[in-house]
Amino acid sequence: MTTRLRAQTREVPHAVPSEVTAPFWDGCARGELLFQRCARCRAITFPPSEHCRGCLARGQVWEASAGRGTLYSWTVVHRPVTPAFDPPYAAAIVTLDEGYQMLTNIIDAAPDDLRADLPVRVSFRRVGGDLRLPYFVPA
Amino acid sequence: MRASNRRAVIAGVHNTRQARRLEEETSRSLMVKAVLGALDDAGLALSDVDGVSAMADSTSLIYDLGVGPAWQGQDFGAGMFAEAAAAVEKGYAEVVVLVAAQAGSYTDRAATAPWTRPENEFVAPWGMFTAAEFALIARRHMEVFGTTREQLSRVAATIRNNGDRNPEAIYRGRGPFKPADITASRPIAEPFHLLDCAMTSEGGCAAVVTTAERAGSLRRDPVHVLGAGVDFFGPSYQFPPSFDLRGRRDAPSNGWAGRRAADLAFRQAGIERDDVDVLELYDPFSFEIIRQLEAMRFCPEGEGGPFVEDGRIELTGSHPVTTDGGLMSFSHAGANPQMMQRVIRGVQQLRGDAGPLQVPGAHVALCTTGGAGALFTGVILLGDDLP
Ligand SMILES: [Zn+2]
Repeated sequence: MTTRLRAQTREVPHAVPSEVTAPFWDGCARGELLFQRCARCRAITFPPSEHCRGCLARGQVWEASAGRGTLYSWTVVHRPVTPAFDPPYAAAIVTLDEGYQMLTNIIDAAPDDLRADLPVRVSFRRVGGDLRLPYFVPA
Repeated sequence: MRASNRRAVIAGVHNTRQARRLEEETSRSLMVKAVLGALDDAGLALSDVDGVSAMADSTSLIYDLGVGPAWQGQDFGAGMFAEAAAAVEKGYAEVVVLVAAQAGSYTDRAATAPWTRPENEFVAPWGMFTAAEFALIARRHMEVFGTTREQLSRVAATIRNNGDRNPEAIYRGRGPFKPADITASRPIAEPFHLLDCAMTSEGGCAAVVTTAERAGSLRRDPVHVLGAGVDFFGPSYQFPPSFDLRGRRDAPSNGWAGRRAADLAFRQAGIERDDVDVLELYDPFSFEIIRQLEAMRFCPEGEGGPFVEDGRIELTGSHPVTTDGGLMSFSHAGANPQMMQRVIRGVQQLRGDAGPLQVPGAHVALCTTGGAGALFTGVILLGDDLP
């Protein structure tokens, strides 16, 4: 019997978004997982950047991910970074079906359920204040 | 002057006292002690110094030590030694003192050390910190190659047993450790348990880099900088630490950070992997040793786990690693001191100064700094003579 992994419930550290990154967080507030796609070469850039990381063009367009992917790697944290986090939580890298990777936490799973290539999907959860974070759950 | 006489050497090194907390010290007071200690070890004086490398502190140290006009370095870790070596070989400076120290900045023990906490908006909300970053690299390797929890424990026990026997280590006398002791310690960021992880501490260190010609008349036998390289994939703790992160060239991915650097270093040195007698590998977490052995081609990809199982990396083995106890047991002060100390330990081994942990007949040392969790690895090869 292991503890179930849950979303954080209190306020977590979160830097003020920049002009470049604000659309991503506005998307989260609406329940949309956004990424940038280059209008010129179609490459995906995430985390967001002023320039396409493929061809370096500006003028990237925000697109919504289907929010599905697979678990790439994870770590179940028992000693949190600061007292702001309630352990255990599973910090993870997921590979979205669109082909890019992002950091997240896996929730609604037991630590022993986690394995490479586990299908996952996004699940937005409100943590302290107005912040909605794109967590992932087993699909 | 013959060109070969300008080959860079390390002429002096010094570690200040290291401790979990040095109440009476500041980072600055430790830097001063370290600089004077390293110069004394070399048989040089401040009036000989015309170069300072201390990252952001270089410029103020030039002023406070009164050594201007002087060359100033900016790099850290293995790259700091490579930069200073290039400076003396090019003739930008004759005697460069390299220094780093940390005291007094980590007092909130309810949290992990401040330099380990990312503030990036795509990283911080997920509770990331250094151990978690490196754990993501380790877990991927375990899933792909079958590396085991026990293999991680074997690494940590080996390094901690070195520290147990090192009179200078903060955790001297804490062992001996069996692999089962590592596995039994409490989980931090799985797969890492407490004893897989570096400690946090305070302390300082310094080194003196000059030319072979200048070092010929000094107090200690010089240690030659045979080759070096640095691999960077981007800023630490701002992007997912993905094993498969790669740039646009046909080059190794982040999981093999240090391979290009090591290849370059060996090519410069004109020696082979088999010529290395001691590996002062950077050990923020146990898995890094397995990864670095693979990245630097001491064993094939995926075979680092089995490689560490049979005593090879112990002091008496064919590939002794991290002989002072490293970040786990010797000291882990701040960001740069602990990296410089990998190189300083390599110097100690080649000068026969490693006491009960001396590797007999050590002529070539490989020292590393950084790791895949932090998206960079630096490599430097040292020799007690030129090949
Ligand atoms: Zn593009």
